[in-house]
Amino acid sequence: MELINQHTKSIMEGCKDYARAAGLSFTDESLEYIVTNRDLLELGPKVMIPTLYDYWVHDVEVLREKGKYELYPHNPYETVINTRPPISFYNDNNPDWLNVMIFYHVLAHIDFFQNNLYFRHTWDYDFNGQALSDKRVIAKLRAEKGRWVDYVIEFARNIDNLVDFHGELGELFTPQTAECTPRVNYYFDVFLQIHKKVSINDYIKEVNRYNQCLKEFGDQGEKDFFAEAERHYPELEAHFVREGGGKPAKRRDLLRYLMDNSEFLDQDENQWMKSILEIVRKTSVFFQPQIRTKIMNEGWASYWHEKLFLQDDRIKGHEVDFARVHAGVTAMPRVGTNPYALGMRLFSYIEEQANKGRLSFDFQRLEDRTSREHFDTKAANGGEHIFHLRENLCDYLFLKNHLDQDFMDHHKLFVAGKRLDSKRMVWQYYVKSRKAEDYRTMMLDSLYHPPTISVDANKGVDGTLYLTHAFEGKQLVLEYIANTMMGIEFLWGSPVHLETSEARSEVAKPYQSERGEEQPQKIRWERVLYTINHKVISKKIL
Amino acid sequence: MRDDLNISLEELQAKGLSLEREERMRAELSTLNKGHAPLDSTGTDTGEFSGFSRSIYAWHDLMVLQDQSSLQSPYTLLIKSLDELLERDRQREKDGFPRKIQVGRLIKPGRGGKGKVVVVPTTTEEKFIHDPTVRPADDEQTAGGTGSGEEGEVIGEQKVREESQENGSGPGQGEGENHEIESSAYELGKTLTEKFQLPNLKDKGKKRSFTRYTYDLTDKNRGFGQVLDKKATLRRIVESNIALGNIPDVSDIDPGSFLIAPKDKVYRVLSREKDYESQAMVFFLRDYSGSMAGKVTELVATQHVMIYSWLLYQYAGQVESRFVLHDTEAKEVPDFHTYYNSRVAGGTQVSSAYRLVNEIVSKENLVRDYNIYVFHGTDGDDWDNEGEKAIPELEKMLTYSSRVGITIAEHNSGQLGSTEVARYLRSSGLLRDKPHLIRMDVMGEDADEARLIEGIRTLIS
Repeated sequence: MELINQHTKSIMEGCKDYARAAGLSFTDESLEYIVTNRDLLELGPKVMIPTLYDYWVHDVEVLREKGKYELYPHNPYETVINTRPPISFYNDNNPDWLNVMIFYHVLAHIDFFQNNLYFRHTWDYDFNGQALSDKRVIAKLRAEKGRWVDYVIEFARNIDNLVDFHGELGELFTPQTAECTPRVNYYFDVFLQIHKKVSINDYIKEVNRYNQCLKEFGDQGEKDFFAEAERHYPELEAHFVREGGGKPAKRRDLLRYLMDNSEFLDQDENQWMKSILEIVRKTSVFFQPQIRTKIMNEGWASYWHEKLFLQDDRIKGHEVDFARVHAGVTAMPRVGTNPYALGMRLFSYIEEQANKGRLSFDFQRLEDRTSREHFDTKAANGGEHIFHLRENLCDYLFLKNHLDQDFMDHHKLFVAGKRLDSKRMVWQYYVKSRKAEDYRTMMLDSLYHPPTISVDANKGVDGTLYLTHAFEGKQLVLEYIANTMMGIEFLWGSPVHLETSEARSEVAKPYQSERGEEQPQKIRWERVLYTINHKVISKKIL
Repeated sequence: MRDDLNISLEELQAKGLSLEREERMRAELSTLNKGHAPLDSTGTDTGEFSGFSRSIYAWHDLMVLQDQSSLQSPYTLLIKSLDELLERDRQREKDGFPRKIQVGRLIKPGRGGKGKVVVVPTTTEEKFIHDPTVRPADDEQTAGGTGSGEEGEVIGEQKVREESQENGSGPGQGEGENHEIESSAYELGKTLTEKFQLPNLKDKGKKRSFTRYTYDLTDKNRGFGQVLDKKATLRRIVESNIALGNIPDVSDIDPGSFLIAPKDKVYRVLSREKDYESQAMVFFLRDYSGSMAGKVTELVATQHVMIYSWLLYQYAGQVESRFVLHDTEAKEVPDFHTYYNSRVAGGTQVSSAYRLVNEIVSKENLVRDYNIYVFHGTDGDDWDNEGEKAIPELEKMLTYSSRVGITIAEHNSGQLGSTEVARYLRSSGLLRDKPHLIRMDVMGEDADEARLIEGIRTLIS
């Protein structure tokens, strides 16, 4: 791995000037490396972070057919990584004009990383440097604890998709002043509602009383309020203390929950494991926004490399070359979804809509086709608007809010279906639907979505850990359950339960061919409880 | 054929069938018209419609912008680490965790699907993730699309079977590459034997073959040599002395008065000997009826790859294999590729396969020249309820075969070992009476590789 030469670097710096002038914003420094195939082989398993900790699985061929991107929610060969300074990787034989295009693409990615709020938690430190120190921590531990370090890494990685990324973001964006004290939160959110089950009327009375106290006594208001409450419920304080002093338990963040609450990890001789859990968790949280903004990020980068390249006078004479490569990147395939193409078109479309003032109630309530077609307020704020989207949205909201019927019709999009013609033994591809609603559903379903598994402290009796998988019409991959739970049991130190839903076919057996095509089958869902106790797993139907 | 089957189904019904079994049989019957076309193993991933099942997350900058395809580590590197990994795995077991390294996978690096099949260690990282394959029936697979076409219009077709181009991870893809699988299968067999401590064959039997030489003290030489053959020497001395008239009375011999010529001494010398290598003929039988859909077929085929590899190693390459597929009728297929990649459909008659094997063996008089092994993989479903036809054929088979191994990979419904095949095998008493000739291994469809290897041990030990 070596840095690009001075000539190419000067091209990059030139691109930065143009990009800044167009409104993109990013830090001044950036590092560009030439990578060989050999480098890529090493970087691939380490998700392009050169300093990521060593782990033996990185050196083994990993089977990934099943739920590939659910298991590894990051792009294995991303060109730019979100570090400080940002690092990007290049082939050594790119011609200058191609580098200009790639540089614009890269700069737009950097702009996205540094301005999209889903990346907020990555802004204040350099992940590459952090990873280096983590790598040293793990190497040091490995020297002391040997293979047990790898076991702990393995068990932690087994649950690194359960990190409650959104909860983490939520904390970052909640202003300090909006926070109530833990005691107030506990009293209103837990005590009154769950323990006392007071009527709505009484609840509102209490809220009013609280506000009244604050108004009358200012800083002393809360004290006064609780003095009164204690008179009503003498057991309040005891409850409050018993349930963790109102410290919000990270119930949807299993890794954090284990670090905070596992008695096993709290033992002196096991304290070191916490640092590994912390490292694995931090790595996972770091990558979370990337996969949630794939379409936006690539769309944004493609939008800008097209726009900026065409304005760049340094590439005169290579317009045709550019057109060829650019078309390859952003052509809409006949079937399938190209995130570059879809994202770029959607950004352009939104910009145009905003320019005509169509992102407004006035336009939405219009039903007449002709007036819709000619609607134009000359608002001309499209550019501003797409910068706003780049700052605030992720793929889910981007598609859900903006992929509408007009966009579908304009780009002739449809939902493609695939069925088997069993007489002629051919797969038929057909236009299944041209409705925006169906297309949106299809797209949203294909987005990364880890299962929601939360800790139920009330059901975990006698020191056991009770996990509840929220049912969303899907079952977990069954063959992974046992080993994953074994890891959790190790880290928790006591038996672990997992409540989840499983499909049970109505007829004896679904006759489903190996690949895709199906015979009618009904699915009946049932709630099951897995329990692991001393590495022995058992299942019962609830 | 369909009518015949309907009739036979009705006959069975007349004898009394549980509702659930009838349901299953009808379902199998309904798959009949689909035929056993080869699977579309990777066909849909190429060509015009390659994008259909491609995730949006499969696109990345290096590929799209810089034409850099994703890379695979050179397999030599991966193999090299096998010893170390297996050592790690053994340690895991000692520490009380399940093994994590698998070797049963054959991957095929190289361009255009022309590369070699090699054995590499693989592993999985388990997490709680949603299983995309479990979904209601009306919810078919969809993808985005662009361009013209009315709703409902077919925009293109693709043959179900197309040449696979991709790096496959199934056992042995690509046509006409059987010997490729053989060379790597030998490696796999070696690994299985050495690393997973599969048993060695006890007695291979001596049959004709002229390939190997061993060195042994078998030749005799008079006058000098390595080891004195005392008995032969004494015989010669006695002969010489009789000829010299030195033994007047044979009833009273005095060995002290023997005259001994140097030439009388007989020695054994080290010499090259032909060793008679044993040969094996392995029949692989696979049920490819409609009920075999999904995981069970994969299990059976994977296990058969391993058994094949193991035998190949045990017999030092002197293994011939025959592949038989059956639904209600059996047929022999020329290579493992067809054996593995044929689509499941139709009903089930286990006896048909056994009969075919018996026919092949008697027609070609294989008994004379080969140790015969028969391995049969099924989900245990058989329309021949009581094994009325299967058991006699099986008994006939046991008269000549060295081992019959029956693997039953059951669908996860009901109790393990409650399928028809398992039941009639057990009640026939063959398993009890001839444990050295016939073995049965019953596993659920969720069995992992360790379980498969364990199963092989059961079948062949």
